[in-house]
Amino acid sequence: MAMEMKGEVVLPADRMTVWTKLNDPEVLKSCINGVQTMERTGENTFAASVKMKIGPVSAAFKGNVELSNIDAPNGYRISGAGEGGIAGFAKGGADVRLTEVPEGTLLSYDVQATVGGKIAQMGARLIDGVAKKTADQFFASFAAACAAEPVVETAV
Amino acid sequence: MSATGIGAPVLRREDKRYITGKGQYVDDVNRYGQAHAFFLRSPHAHARILSIDTAEAEAEPGVVAVYTGQHLADDKVGGLICGWMIHSKDGSPMKAGPHPALAQGKVRYVGDHVAVVIADTYSEAKDAAEKIVVDYEVLDAVVDTAGARTAGGEPVHEVAPDNTVFEFHLGNREPTEAAFARAAHVTKIDLVNNRLIPNAMEPRAAVGDWDAGTDTFTLYTTSQNPHVARLVLSAFIGIAPEHKLRVIAPDVGGGFGSKIFIYAEETVCVWAAKKVGRPVKWCAERTEAFLSDAHGRDHVTHAELATDAGGRVIGLKVHTVANLGAYLSTFSSSVPTYLYAPLLSGQYDIPAIYVEVDAVYSNTAPVDAYRGAGRPEATFVIERLMEVAARELGKDPAEFRRQNFVTSFPHQTPVIMCYDVGDYAASLDKALATVDYVGFPARRAESERRGMLRGLGFSAYIEACGIAPSAAVGSLGAGVGLWESAEVRVNPVGTVEVLTGSHSHGQGHETTFAQLVSDRLGIPIDNVSIVHGDTDKVQMGMGTYGSRSGAVGMSAIVKALDKIETKARKVAGHVLEAAEGDIEFKDGKFTVKGTDKSIDFASVALQAYVAHKFNGQELEPGLKEGAFYDPTNFTFPSGVHICEVEIDPDTGVTRIERWVAVDDFGVLINPMIVEGQVHGGIAQGVGQALFEGTVYDSSGQLLTASYMDYQMPRAYDFPRFSVETTETRCPSNPLGIKGCGEAGAIAAPPAVINAITDALGHEDIAMPATPRAVWRAIRRTPQKMAAE
Repeated sequence: MAMEMKGEVVLPADRMTVWTKLNDPEVLKSCINGVQTMERTGENTFAASVKMKIGPVSAAFKGNVELSNIDAPNGYRISGAGEGGIAGFAKGGADVRLTEVPEGTLLSYDVQATVGGKIAQMGARLIDGVAKKTADQFFASFAAACAAEPVVETAV
Repeated sequence: MSATGIGAPVLRREDKRYITGKGQYVDDVNRYGQAHAFFLRSPHAHARILSIDTAEAEAEPGVVAVYTGQHLADDKVGGLICGWMIHSKDGSPMKAGPHPALAQGKVRYVGDHVAVVIADTYSEAKDAAEKIVVDYEVLDAVVDTAGARTAGGEPVHEVAPDNTVFEFHLGNREPTEAAFARAAHVTKIDLVNNRLIPNAMEPRAAVGDWDAGTDTFTLYTTSQNPHVARLVLSAFIGIAPEHKLRVIAPDVGGGFGSKIFIYAEETVCVWAAKKVGRPVKWCAERTEAFLSDAHGRDHVTHAELATDAGGRVIGLKVHTVANLGAYLSTFSSSVPTYLYAPLLSGQYDIPAIYVEVDAVYSNTAPVDAYRGAGRPEATFVIERLMEVAARELGKDPAEFRRQNFVTSFPHQTPVIMCYDVGDYAASLDKALATVDYVGFPARRAESERRGMLRGLGFSAYIEACGIAPSAAVGSLGAGVGLWESAEVRVNPVGTVEVLTGSHSHGQGHETTFAQLVSDRLGIPIDNVSIVHGDTDKVQMGMGTYGSRSGAVGMSAIVKALDKIETKARKVAGHVLEAAEGDIEFKDGKFTVKGTDKSIDFASVALQAYVAHKFNGQELEPGLKEGAFYDPTNFTFPSGVHICEVEIDPDTGVTRIERWVAVDDFGVLINPMIVEGQVHGGIAQGVGQALFEGTVYDSSGQLLTASYMDYQMPRAYDFPRFSVETTETRCPSNPLGIKGCGEAGAIAAPPAVINAITDALGHEDIAMPATPRAVWRAIRRTPQKMAAE
């Protein structure tokens, strides 16, 4: 089941600060809900394990995360694939762009993800809700990590 | 007619235990020491299995064993089979890919069986399955029915490089082309018959047991045909020879076809029982049912109807692509071929018909028979065509049908079937009167005054039941004969047990079959019990599907009862000291003609067993007879259903305002049960037309895998049905009955869509006609909007 999410958020920090945080596995780990472990396995690759509850399904994903199209400090693509055992699988990526704006830095993201197995069987309304909530939580946490609350948030 | 005889609306004797929770279903079976199975299913629609690591799972608490396809292969357990051979038009046999009960090398649909974990409890088995590590190489999935043949990429099965299972055809091609060449008008239509998920109330379940002392297996399974299950598990899958395998299908909570088939789960449970030395139980969760019960329908069709200048139908051409899913299920190949193409003539005298059916594999759940099996698909094609043709020709759809009805019998169609009897106009007339057809324009005008759209749609269906003459189906590729067996055991006190090869999973056989016996032997219905669903009790049987239990199953009982009566007359003759020819049997009493000397049935039974009054060398003691009945023809139930809808153009919501069903089922054994069958059938057919749509995404993920996304019809969605009957007695069986179990599901979808398209003023709507689809379709008709 394919999902797409696009949005942008203004972070009250300069672009270099945001870029540094985006490349810090510890920051990412603390901001992504349910990350159990995230270890660097190469220059731009990580092994991660994530526990999530999607409706009635508890899923423990094991997978890999990779950073590519790195264009410091303008953005990168973060992608990953994980197998969740009887819960199914998830894979996908997000193109992240950083633009300087008067209020700080505009982070825009474009997520394409595919889920399969039990997670997909839960139904789109449930999955879309979970995806949206996960994204919102990430940006709330990430904004906090950038040492301030977001000033403006808009979804397009 | 007695109060419990043929034709009486006897209350269903089995309902008390069903509705008070006293039924004994497979999940109620608990064997000493049983373990529980959980099946790890593929999350991918199409993938190569590079490796399966079960070591960690095996070490989990409570785990007894973890098995994969390799274990089945090592034990030389055969694959699941398709029991009906179809040949392509070029004469080549269908391309059947391997179908192991647990995947070997590849998975082919989401829900395919990868491994089984057997543990002390179900929770432990499920938890341990989390620890199985499967390395998949994901392949592109073939999903789209119409596009399966040109999908490219790796085919679903090596044996079918372009995913084509077979290219079937039927009918007379040249005369059909000639008819189209001289036609005054040709009506063309493109149709999708949407894929359905069966949704029996009771999910599938199995308990496999093995007796070490006798090396005998017992399988409790949710089956519509336990003997066929035993045959397949013995002869093809190789679990055990038939005399070492007992199959019991106890109370079964609905099947609708989905429980005809022999599935992976029961195969694994009964095989594993010996392997682990403990009974093994499995019961499907609802999502597993969505994923892995054989689905129904899934046709993409282009059809054309040729008419002459006078409005007579002179030719029909149909091309269908039928999606059979990832594997050939037990009878899947027969459904879009011999259960479909021979019904395309409908109730009409069409001299030339040519049908082509391309069956394809896809990375979706297997597709097989579902209530109606092929006949709903055929009826949808012909009844949509007739309605559209009438509209195009400016004719009244009822009169256009009437003009083309078959009126003389027997009638040989160009597509195998020979209709034996019927009076289609009688059903049409009764339906028109019941629905108040002449009052429809006024009702439509009244709806329009309220800003609503009103439409009326017909469905004049015919179907073929009572499957089937064994030699006939054998010549068409069936791997089995479709007779039925019965044994009538009269006990010394005059009570009767009837052992039948039919299987009841909601149809009410314990009532209707007992009515027949009560009627025939003149004994109270309470003195009759119906025994079915156990291969150790009933010698052999072919089971229940295709509305065959009445026409074939009861005919076998009649044949056995004939023998009982013959023997009982002999016994009575000895007791009454009269010649056998002078004995009359009526209302449960044997009487010497012209005298008051008589003896009741129970006393004859006792005399048969004590054997004091006759020479045991000349007449065998006892009163027990068996029979096998092979039908001489299909039966042809037919009828006219009319659906009247009102649509709210603001919301697209369709409300069914009137439903008239006039069916000719031949002789009715129990009109109340018949009406119940009609109600259920209509509900399922309307479900297909308005609500139920199975959705796989382009990667083969099943998006409609729960009741959140798959909408079943509910009582709220229906008006009170007007159910009427007409009767032409079926000449091919002794009771004159035709079968009623599937009629509603066959008749309903075109009636609904014909009504909606009548309301819309155009033909561009597909099933399911959900409010969204209807709302959009309304926006494609500016003239209707202007009329508001």
